[in-house]
Amino acid sequence: MTPVATSFFFYLLASATVLGGLLVITCRSAVRSALALIVTLLAVAGLYLMLYASFVAGAEVLVYAGGIMVLFLLAIMFTWTGVSPNEPRFLGVAWIGIPSGCALLAFLIFAFVKGRELFPDRMIALGEESNTQQIASLLYGEPGRTGSYTFAFEIASLLLLVAILGAVVKVSGRGVAGPVSAVESQETRPSPGI
Amino acid sequence: MLNSLMSYLGSTLSPGAAGNQLWALIYVVFVFMGVSAASIALYWIEHSAGSAPCPAAADGISNRETRFVFWIAPIMGLLAAFAAYAVIPFGPSQAVTDVNIGALLILGVLSLNVLSILLSGCVPNSRGALLTALLSGARMVLFQVPIGLVAVAAILMTSLNESGTGTLSMIGIVQAQEDQGTWFLFKFFPIGLIAFVVFVIGMVAQTKRERLAVAAERPSDAGAQNEYDGLRRLLLIFGEYAAMIAVSSVAVTLWLGGWLRPFASQLSAPSWENIFSLFPGFTFLLLTAILLVMTVRGGSPSRPRRTQLAVVAALFGLIAALLFMIAVAGRSSDRHILASLRENVNYLYWFAAKVAILLSIILYYRSARSRNRFGRYFDQSTRLAWKILVPISLAVLALTAIVGLKHETWDQAKQLLRMRS
Amino acid sequence: MNDITTLHYLIVAATLFALGVTGVLTRRDVIVRLMSLELILTAVSLNLVAFSHMWGNLYGQVFAIFVIVIAATQAVVGLAIGVAFRRNSGIDVPVAKASR
Repeated sequence: MTPVATSFFFYLLASATVLGGLLVITCRSAVRSALALIVTLLAVAGLYLMLYASFVAGAEVLVYAGGIMVLFLLAIMFTWTGVSPNEPRFLGVAWIGIPSGCALLAFLIFAFVKGRELFPDRMIALGEESNTQQIASLLYGEPGRTGSYTFAFEIASLLLLVAILGAVVKVSGRGVAGPVSAVESQETRPSPGI
Repeated sequence: MLNSLMSYLGSTLSPGAAGNQLWALIYVVFVFMGVSAASIALYWIEHSAGSAPCPAAADGISNRETRFVFWIAPIMGLLAAFAAYAVIPFGPSQAVTDVNIGALLILGVLSLNVLSILLSGCVPNSRGALLTALLSGARMVLFQVPIGLVAVAAILMTSLNESGTGTLSMIGIVQAQEDQGTWFLFKFFPIGLIAFVVFVIGMVAQTKRERLAVAAERPSDAGAQNEYDGLRRLLLIFGEYAAMIAVSSVAVTLWLGGWLRPFASQLSAPSWENIFSLFPGFTFLLLTAILLVMTVRGGSPSRPRRTQLAVVAALFGLIAALLFMIAVAGRSSDRHILASLRENVNYLYWFAAKVAILLSIILYYRSARSRNRFGRYFDQSTRLAWKILVPISLAVLALTAIVGLKHETWDQAKQLLRMRS
Repeated sequence: MNDITTLHYLIVAATLFALGVTGVLTRRDVIVRLMSLELILTAVSLNLVAFSHMWGNLYGQVFAIFVIVIAATQAVVGLAIGVAFRRNSGIDVPVAKASR
């Protein structure tokens, strides 16, 4: 499929990404930062689609935007303590942090632009129809041989299992009714202002 | 422009895959109109005709400073529901587009519905709205685990055709059901049936029925959405019904064979084709008859008046006559346009009929009558999900893989034996 | 694909990375710092996928999938700790130190 209006969509998605990132680190309320992060992640999924990485884009929307961000929002709303709007959002050392961030950005862009002759300036159009199948053959292998990353895949699933068990054990440390009782004790708290 | 309209008509690709933007736009407009009409009809069926929230009503939220963020929950719900329609197919090339990760995209987009629920709890000065929204959102996320697992089982079944590779694209899933000659509902019976039932249960739990999540004694039982009114409430309701239709369409595509008519491969003689193509006309004839009976019996205060019923009955009668004409005229194979029109009408009809049957199941679960019967199951929905649905879906996934592997190795063994002897 | 080269994607990824680092260094709220960490990981996987497109094979995409899995793990563990932290000590480190 021939790409249509590629540079327009790239600039649209890239500006959405950068704008979302800016909003994440500057919003006063944590809920608004989470919303901005969702916008950023969806825009990055669009960028993945433009890079012919359809499976990674689908996985990002499903796992990152649909799962991790829901987790973040649940965590924010479960522990909302009615922060007054006059509390400062930035640490006292922000006057060091912000310039160092800008310096890091300048350094990275300088490195990329200067090193441009080191990598070939082409963009190979990968096959679109078989992206998932090719990733599957890398992860799981063809009949007759295992894939290159099967071991890493199994280790990753084990890691996820350990993380889930650890989080469950930590949360239910105060008994099985832990989360529900904690939530019920917060019923008269103010709702998160967004 | 007429050229680009006509040039697409004989193509076998969806408009998105063919790069044809005009037809993609036409499909988008039609899908939008169809889903809006269906949502209005669903609301009309579930509640009485005149109780929709007035768009101009002011709610407690807009009395304060009107903030942009209070639109986010309704709009995100709408966007998440409608974005799924971009890949749902009504025919072998009738979809807005056919991404080759269609099923993954739909699962991901439908999980954005949870965000709408969570954000609707952020209304200020409302006791208990936050709690209800959080628990409802957590329940929705919880029920996505069995839904995802059985969807993977269905996709696993697509890899059992001759080419040996499965596909995630929605059109590919229905074509795999066509190639294998059976809907995935009946494949490896009863594995497909169990998977479908788990999917439907998860689907019902996903449709934001807050009063089933929290115990009935709480005063804040009605849910966070009651804080909204006016246009926002209307959009929330619309998004809820659109999401219901989207998830039903996904279930139809994954399990019930999409646009395929029943017994598409077992009874494939042209005479059977003609008989099955009369079904759309008969359905609308039946609907006309029901509406005429309702007209004759007259209207009660909560039902629409006689004239409205009569008008709708006449409209359905006209549609029935039109469908009969198409079914009869499309039989002769030399009239290419009429034959393809009959095919398209049949595809759309079978798809819509299956979605309608599924939606009626969901509506039945949601009705107040059934709450007393099934209420005690759904009130402990967390227990239902973790102890029953997740083990069953894991078992379905493992059994599908094992039986499918046995199938394939058995076929390969037979081929080897045939080659050797 | 005509005039959008790999460098464009790399610059977007670098911007996201710098924004994430700034967020981790400057914000008070624990959860916003975790979200900035997610920004950093997203920038890294965008970089990987851009290079995968440049070289024409899929190793970068597989690596990006693993980065997403690791980000999920880190979010689970980090949020469990962060939620307990917020519940007990308020939203950030200076308040916790002052209240001790």
